[in-house]
Amino acid sequence: MIEFILEVPRLLAVAVVVATPLALGAYSGLFCERAGVVNIGIEGMMLSSALTGQLVAQYVATGWIGTPLEPYGLPFAALVGILTGAALGALHAVLTIRFKVDQIISGTAINILAVGGTGALYTLYLAGGTAAGVPISPGVFEAIRIPFLADIPILGPIFFDNKPITYAMLIITVLAHFVIFHTPWGLRTRAVGEKPEAADSLGINVYTMRYINVIIGGALAGLAGIWFTLEDIGTFNVLMTGGRGFISLAALIFGKWTAFGGFGASLIFGFAQAVQIYLQNQGSPIPPQFLNMVPYVLTMLVLAGLIGRAVPPAADGVPYEK
Amino acid sequence: MSDEASYQEPVRGLSPSIIQWVILGLLLLLSAIPIFSDGITAIRAVLTVLMVGMWALWVWLQPQGGQGLVIPLLAILVSFLLGGIVLLFTARDTVGIMLPFADRLIIVRDGLIALIDGAFLRPRAFSDTLVSATPLILTGLSVAVAFRAGLFNIGAEGQFLIGAVAAAFIGYAVNLPPVLHAIVCILAGAAGGALWGFIPGILKARLGAHEVINTIMMNFIAIFLTDWLVSGPMRDPGSSFARTPSIFPSAQLPQLGEVFPNVFGASDQLHIGFVLAILAAFGMWWLINKTTVGFELRTTGSNPDAAQYAGVRVERNVILAMTLAGALAGLAGAIEVQGLNRNLAQFFAAGYGFDAIAVALLAQNNPIGIIPAGIMFGALTTGSAILQIRTGVSADIVLIIQALILLFVAAPEVIRWLFRLRVEKSTLEEVPLTRGWGG
Repeated sequence: MIEFILEVPRLLAVAVVVATPLALGAYSGLFCERAGVVNIGIEGMMLSSALTGQLVAQYVATGWIGTPLEPYGLPFAALVGILTGAALGALHAVLTIRFKVDQIISGTAINILAVGGTGALYTLYLAGGTAAGVPISPGVFEAIRIPFLADIPILGPIFFDNKPITYAMLIITVLAHFVIFHTPWGLRTRAVGEKPEAADSLGINVYTMRYINVIIGGALAGLAGIWFTLEDIGTFNVLMTGGRGFISLAALIFGKWTAFGGFGASLIFGFAQAVQIYLQNQGSPIPPQFLNMVPYVLTMLVLAGLIGRAVPPAADGVPYEK
Repeated sequence: MSDEASYQEPVRGLSPSIIQWVILGLLLLLSAIPIFSDGITAIRAVLTVLMVGMWALWVWLQPQGGQGLVIPLLAILVSFLLGGIVLLFTARDTVGIMLPFADRLIIVRDGLIALIDGAFLRPRAFSDTLVSATPLILTGLSVAVAFRAGLFNIGAEGQFLIGAVAAAFIGYAVNLPPVLHAIVCILAGAAGGALWGFIPGILKARLGAHEVINTIMMNFIAIFLTDWLVSGPMRDPGSSFARTPSIFPSAQLPQLGEVFPNVFGASDQLHIGFVLAILAAFGMWWLINKTTVGFELRTTGSNPDAAQYAGVRVERNVILAMTLAGALAGLAGAIEVQGLNRNLAQFFAAGYGFDAIAVALLAQNNPIGIIPAGIMFGALTTGSAILQIRTGVSADIVLIIQALILLFVAAPEVIRWLFRLRVEKSTLEEVPLTRGWGG
């Protein structure tokens, strides 16, 4: 037990890292749902941008096509990944706002499209390794140690010795909170998500607000997606997101549709995952499959309201018609 | 007032009915292909007649003589066109070099031929198509039943797995006389799936937890649970890879090739499970449209508040619908084990959950329509293997086509806009498919 307690700071550092895609996914949901559009396609957006990011990293950044982009190769790949997410966000927006497709169906369709699309592109361009003429992966983003701050005991290694997307997640946590709750833009967004008729009568363009917020949400899901390939392992695996997009929705709900709440919830999920990895390394007698189930069971308990209960934005999931 | 509000520009645009009959004719021709391919045997002829009959019945059961079919049929057409375009821009030769445009056009043409050939024309292809269609029909029914009650069941995959585990266990661990053993196995599978549907059902009814995320979580839990069982306690010690022992012959569902090896060839795998799937579809149609239980489910789906006011116990119906949906998907898992695999191997899950959603939506949640829709998706799966072998194009292109079909049937407005279709006043029940997290 003492051994475990001594491990906690290190586990927390792992938790922040594995919570990164969950938290970013939760902020993606935050922007969409605060504007009244349920986005269940986060999973598919993550998977798609993970693939396009890796594709660009391997083909463009290494100079396989054109000249090598070093040292801007990985950032360029990251940008493409984020834009992929934004493009799928735009698709979700057009389908749900312009064509009034059921929002959950549209999200599900995006998820299925992502599974098929990434599978096909993976087989075409990434499978088989160098033997099939595939360029080798340029690797992942390096950790950046912030001088002085990283030397703070306990907190330093947890927050100030990370890779760029994790830093971006930490910054976006504060930024998203500020934008949604302390700017006119955020007020309008929330108005559109709570009572679109009232917002419309005050001259706010409901459609525009929803379009832009869903596209922002898509970009954030894209950022979460490239974490898997460009920051975590440096290769793409089929179905590598493993339901993390859905868990991040649970984190959003658990966090009561706020940025800090979503961050806290993601951290809890991340910590559960860190403990699971720790137990597995310690040779725990519990079969790994049961440890793997923990985040999913936890998500169900959260949704059942056994750990906290929240009220969604009133017009969440409801298409707006003038 | 309400008439004025729903008034829509009726003059410009194509009439849906003409397009509908043209495409339906093409599809009927496609359905009749098996007769001319494998040689006319009695059972094949019966199957083809059955299939054509299914299309006809689906048309007949649509309000206004089949106008509701326009959107699904056009969705299929557009998806194939888009799939062809994707192929046109990605097709490469075996060493991975982009081919000249003319050659890529040929690949697209050969791809379509390979797809039809692989799904219907090759020896036993039609049997294989029906074999792939069997779990799709049952899981499609699972999704459709939930939809009719206003619930979105993304959990067919997990329910399917648990059903398969239950059936496999009873199949190899218990000794019972033939027929009875098979029936007990099937019931065990349905019960396993029902349990996996009941949990999200009761969480939704009692605690308001949204079934969409819960069913997805239950999928992951089922995948890990099955993985543990098959590689641990239920593993066949005599096998070099992780799978359960084979089920006893008394629990197996007979295949055509086993019963009539001289007529169909010993490797014909079409099993009695396909007939069970058809019976289940008719059973569901009867249950939903002709019984009080079905009426209450539909009322719960179309307007839960009104249903509650009228004395329908909404909570009970939500639980019932999810349990029934789970049982159907569990049945699919049991039949897949008993009829096709005869054991349960690791990584058995094959993404039926998502295909099932597409099948249900393509059939517009009409249980009879699910039969041709399931066969259509089964044909795509069977055909894609031949497509990959002949043209070197990844079989995943078919996943893209399936996803596009789903996208378009889910977004009828896009199809209407693409084809400038006239909006005709429809008597179709407009059921809001899903609702936000609030309930």
